[in-house]
Amino acid sequence: MNDRSRPTSKIRPVFNESGIEIKPLYTLDDVIASGGIDRSGPGEAPFTRGIHSLMYRHRPFTMRQYTGFANAADTNERFKYLIANGQTGLNVAFDLATQCGYDSDAPEAAGEVGRVGMAIDTLRDFEIAFDGIDLDAITVSLTINGAAASLIAMFLAMAEKRGYDLSRLRGTAQNDILKEFIGRGTWIYPVEPSVKLVADTIEYCAKVAPKYSPVSVCGYHIRESGASPAEEMGYAFAIAKAYTDRALARGLDIDEFAGRLSFNFNIFGNLFEQVAKFRAGRRRWSKIILDEYGAKRPESGWMRMIAGGGGFGLTIEQPENNIMRGAYYALAAALGGAQTMALCCYDEAYTIPTPKAQRLSLRTMQMLIEEIGLTDTVDPLGGSYYVETLTNQTEQKIIEAMEWVDAQGGIVKAVSDGVIQAKVSDYAYQRQRALETGELRKVGVNCYEDTDDEKPQVDLHGYDEIGARKQIENVRKIRAERSNAAVERALKALRADAEAGRNVMPALVEAVKAYATVGEMNGALVDVYGRFREPTQLWRRAG
Amino acid sequence: MSDHQIKVLVAKPGLDGHDVGAKVVVHALIDAGFDVVYTGLRQTPEAIVDAAVKQGADVIGLSILSGTHLPLCRRVRDLMMEKGLHDKLWLVGGNIPEEDRMVLRQLGFRGVFPTGSLTGDIVSFIQENVK
Repeated sequence: MNDRSRPTSKIRPVFNESGIEIKPLYTLDDVIASGGIDRSGPGEAPFTRGIHSLMYRHRPFTMRQYTGFANAADTNERFKYLIANGQTGLNVAFDLATQCGYDSDAPEAAGEVGRVGMAIDTLRDFEIAFDGIDLDAITVSLTINGAAASLIAMFLAMAEKRGYDLSRLRGTAQNDILKEFIGRGTWIYPVEPSVKLVADTIEYCAKVAPKYSPVSVCGYHIRESGASPAEEMGYAFAIAKAYTDRALARGLDIDEFAGRLSFNFNIFGNLFEQVAKFRAGRRRWSKIILDEYGAKRPESGWMRMIAGGGGFGLTIEQPENNIMRGAYYALAAALGGAQTMALCCYDEAYTIPTPKAQRLSLRTMQMLIEEIGLTDTVDPLGGSYYVETLTNQTEQKIIEAMEWVDAQGGIVKAVSDGVIQAKVSDYAYQRQRALETGELRKVGVNCYEDTDDEKPQVDLHGYDEIGARKQIENVRKIRAERSNAAVERALKALRADAEAGRNVMPALVEAVKAYATVGEMNGALVDVYGRFREPTQLWRRAG
Repeated sequence: MSDHQIKVLVAKPGLDGHDVGAKVVVHALIDAGFDVVYTGLRQTPEAIVDAAVKQGADVIGLSILSGTHLPLCRRVRDLMMEKGLHDKLWLVGGNIPEEDRMVLRQLGFRGVFPTGSLTGDIVSFIQENVK
């Protein structure tokens, strides 16, 4: 222990959200006491300092704003606007009907068509959405989970139809169903068949589209639901290990697919805690894949990630403050070595963003690249007594979070039993109480609030009822024009494969090519797997 | 109402999966001493109203963050009127723009709690307004 840095009794103790006590000063002694410095360079396992040797000096982070609304044609126009403004990747938002596996004219879709993302019913919509966009130059990330298998099939079919070589095609699907049961909620099937479908996509892509990333494991939404940064990472690794185990059980070699697993993490909160989280996470994940699973290719142990958000950090009060929050969050992502970045826009506490708000987020990230010097040198905080100590301590917290999951019987069981949901939701409540008591300070919310009655002036994206009606007409038209006999045959084959426990991806690709709808394909799988229902819970006052 | 235990149904209608807020409110209501029923995600208006009748809820609170609050609240309102739940306290919370708040109050949702509302305010609103 170092006397110079030991907190005196006069100052109040500070803990970060991951539960690590923060000292007023760090020295070399703290680094040594916490485990020392990882002397390996960036691009060398365990990749604490970055997965590539030159990081942003070679290629800056990809900018991938989450975008999609109304229908494929409107979204295609917005994609082109963002690309024209310097965006370097696409991150597709789907409406809730698509995400939950319903067609635009299903009763469940009423009022939802094109509201929080683009409505997709058939391959025709994907053809329109990506028309004129070079899939070699701009990689596409699909934010889809419950319905992921059918939409990955659709994306691959669209790319193939346009003449792209699937063995070289890059891109990502979120396709992390376990986190949907913890937060975000766009599940369709019960837990077991849902995880089986993830393994289907990993197995299929390893064979057919080996450069495509079929899964992006999301600590992000678990963090939004209440988890601490260290838990966010620990739970994400537990989930990634579950998918890895399922893929290995299919007979795949770890090096065939581990390098295509990617991650999605959140960036709101304490900046140094986020940076330490990313550094510690890279080290931990590489040890898991290279040491525990025995992968031979170093790339298999890369924790590739999109760092984004952080929606939970944004506020409805004084919305312009969110512009500055976005800038600080982006800084954390860049200092943490994210491969890809996406920022929530300042108006997203209200609704989906306007083009102006999206451009502001894009400019925020571009300033880091062009003006602030964030791309000049790799891991600029490496060697900081504070950040190195915190990195070591955070890795321990990540290990503890993973051990907690193991003690619950593993992540699939923890999710099925609801224990992980209960844990993160309890933390979210404690956080809300801390906000209400003022213990946790939030600018514009519980300190420096508006004193006058001035209402925030935000131009909001409006819901497009006409676009929704057009989408419904389109899907009905396609059902009338396609060969329904071919669709029936394809759906029958899909049901048969699902019933026999075979990989359903080949049958999904055939169904997609026959212009089967999202609702028909997912409906066929519901026939076999059933539909998940969240249990109703009742609490009574004791006594 | 001193002997009567207030029972609150918290429900998530539609396809919206944002349940952090609803669960935080559930925690706060339990802490405040109410009996609480949480429906879980993705409930149809019919299932919500049936649950309200079956559970004998005094308060029916909907949480909607996807922007679909107007059509969903209209549908739930019609069903609640049909099932004789007009004398219960109806609440709605979520991403609700200023201009929709009055519309929701006129529909009969007496408590409208947009994002950023305090759980303490929701608790006192219930205590003051349950007959």
